[in-house]
Amino acid sequence: MQNDEQEAEWIRRCREGDKEAFGFLVKKYMKQAYYAALGFVGSHEDALDASQEAFVKAFRAIGTFESGRRFYTWYYQILRNHCLNMLRRRNGATLSLSSIVGETDELQSNEPHAEAQMQLNETRKSVWEALWRLSPEDRSLIVARDMLDTPYATLAELMECPIGTVMSRLYHARKRLRTQLERAS
Amino acid sequence: MKELTDQEHMLLAKAVDGELTQKESIDLQKLLAAHPELQNELASMKSLKETTMSMKFKQLPEETWDRYWAGVYARMERGFAWLLVSIGGAILLAFGAYNAAISFMHDESIPFLIKLAIGVVALGTAILFISVLREKWFVHKSDKYREVIR
Repeated sequence: MQNDEQEAEWIRRCREGDKEAFGFLVKKYMKQAYYAALGFVGSHEDALDASQEAFVKAFRAIGTFESGRRFYTWYYQILRNHCLNMLRRRNGATLSLSSIVGETDELQSNEPHAEAQMQLNETRKSVWEALWRLSPEDRSLIVARDMLDTPYATLAELMECPIGTVMSRLYHARKRLRTQLERAS
Repeated sequence: MKELTDQEHMLLAKAVDGELTQKESIDLQKLLAAHPELQNELASMKSLKETTMSMKFKQLPEETWDRYWAGVYARMERGFAWLLVSIGGAILLAFGAYNAAISFMHDESIPFLIKLAIGVVALGTAILFISVLREKWFVHKSDKYREVIR
């Protein structure tokens, strides 16, 4: 069975209250959802909480899902709103670097070029901090494009706008990131 | 610096991402020739992108993903449990309020005027409460920007 057809079947079953079918959808998209949430909220616990809570909201609202749409595109709108509301309640994102930064960013002083590595880590740390001074929209766009390697076409689908607009927004977001870095230095 | 058009922003964004077609590369060269100050901007954007691309999120252990669905399922169950608790609580509260009102009205030690005054205050409060609730409900139903973060 094709992926899309299978997804449509799971959604049909979800509409009848089948939680097992919803479980298949959750398992298919949980990683994407978690990392997308991380781009908004900045800490492991919050990203896990936001992505799971958004799935619960999606299950409750599955009756309003328009067939023909992709589930993840629809779910992403719920997740995005949930994350923005969470940030609004808390007055901004709390960056917890140690809980989200990957191994490539960790200090590896035993490497032959330890000094260069340390400098690179310092630069990355500054960029992480500057990213978290951007608006959630700018930050999530840069994270999705550069760190999660999301294609432009997918971003356009998620943001419900033309590809040209995504490119233009990304350009402005990167410019604002550069400004933040210049200010910090 | 010159104000760029959306088309030019797109061109620069694609250049940063290395996604230019042959024709777009020529257009970019023309743009850079006309506005040499953009050379620096483009170079710094490319360098920034190299850094952001090298930054990766921590990979979560497999156990986290194994437990993920169980976490969502538990939240769904808890949502239903809270609904039941709320309905039960509302019924108990309404029953308690009704009984308190009846015993208050039947208490002969309280003068009639006080009973009347308290009854009127209670009625007014109930009308205010219902009116505010109704207004909130109508605003919620008709506000097409309710999902927009202000």
